[in-house]
Amino acid sequence: MVLLVAFIGIQFMPANRNQSNVVPDTDFMVVNNVPANIENKIQVSCYDCHSNNTAYPWYNKVQPVAWFLEDHIKEGKAELNFNEWDEYSDRRKNSKLRSIISQIEDDKMPLDSYTIIHADAKFSEDEKYEIIAYMAQLKNSL
Amino acid sequence: MKKTSIKMGILTMALLALTTISCKDGKKEEAPIPMSSEMPLGDRNESGDSERLMANDSGNSSSKAIIDNYLKIKNALVADNQEEAAKAGGMLVANFEDFDTSGYSSEEQQELKDIIEDAKEHAEHISESPMEHQREHFGILSKDVIDMIAITGTDKKLYQDFCPMYNNKKGAQWLSSTEEIKNPFFGSKMMNCGEVQKQIN
Repeated sequence: MVLLVAFIGIQFMPANRNQSNVVPDTDFMVVNNVPANIENKIQVSCYDCHSNNTAYPWYNKVQPVAWFLEDHIKEGKAELNFNEWDEYSDRRKNSKLRSIISQIEDDKMPLDSYTIIHADAKFSEDEKYEIIAYMAQLKNSL
Repeated sequence: MKKTSIKMGILTMALLALTTISCKDGKKEEAPIPMSSEMPLGDRNESGDSERLMANDSGNSSSKAIIDNYLKIKNALVADNQEEAAKAGGMLVANFEDFDTSGYSSEEQQELKDIIEDAKEHAEHISESPMEHQREHFGILSKDVIDMIAITGTDKKLYQDFCPMYNNKKGAQWLSSTEEIKNPFFGSKMMNCGEVQKQIN
């Protein structure tokens, strides 16, 4: 009983949701000419944690799951925020692209803990290849 | 940070209560174990003149401290020592924050600003990551430090080395103060992989 009360209680603790309706001019998709299929895949697989707008399914609004998520998103955005892409210098873009490529190559991103719930965020081998090729081309054009 | 730990506390209690399973294992962050406790100090250039102030070049003392801590990270990675690399990485973050770019042309200042911003982030990662991740960031950091030296110069004798195998055979550069190749990207796994590309000073 106590536990149930505690569980219900924590639902009312304030949570900072990562949500925004604005796509800034500095967004990765705005400044780069990204092919539609790649744009779609990056939005679905990366933007939940690497942009200012997360698409929250209902279970991610339930505490304590939401807290876990909040920290993840904070960390993810500090690392790389696609919405702020054009604020990075060319040198940093180059660093970010290198990290993006190696993380995807090594199957470190998207995180397993994420794709286990979001099956559609997973990259197939073909998608992996396509995205890496696109990022590499972008890196070379800097 | 405090807010997070309070949350984690509540969260832990809630989980405990809900599941009645001990969360002892889940709570602990995985701490990488250094493979070697010893670190070769052979190629550290210890001399009193590092404290000497160069009146005619204000950036010189900043870049000197950066090169010293960069080489410490390099030595730690050669020795497969995550802990030492992390420690030097932390110091390097502070060095980049303290970097005084006055005394350079505005063009150089802009370039240095970009380098510092990028390099600081890599140093941060090195200060808090497991070793393979440290090595990845060390690779990009090396490029930043090489570019920095192209602007600031150095009175140290350095070797610019290249390992063609690292980063899925895309290759990576690093700097060393000794001519002998000791590979920081593979450590004991492939200690001698690499070649000297050029000598600085």
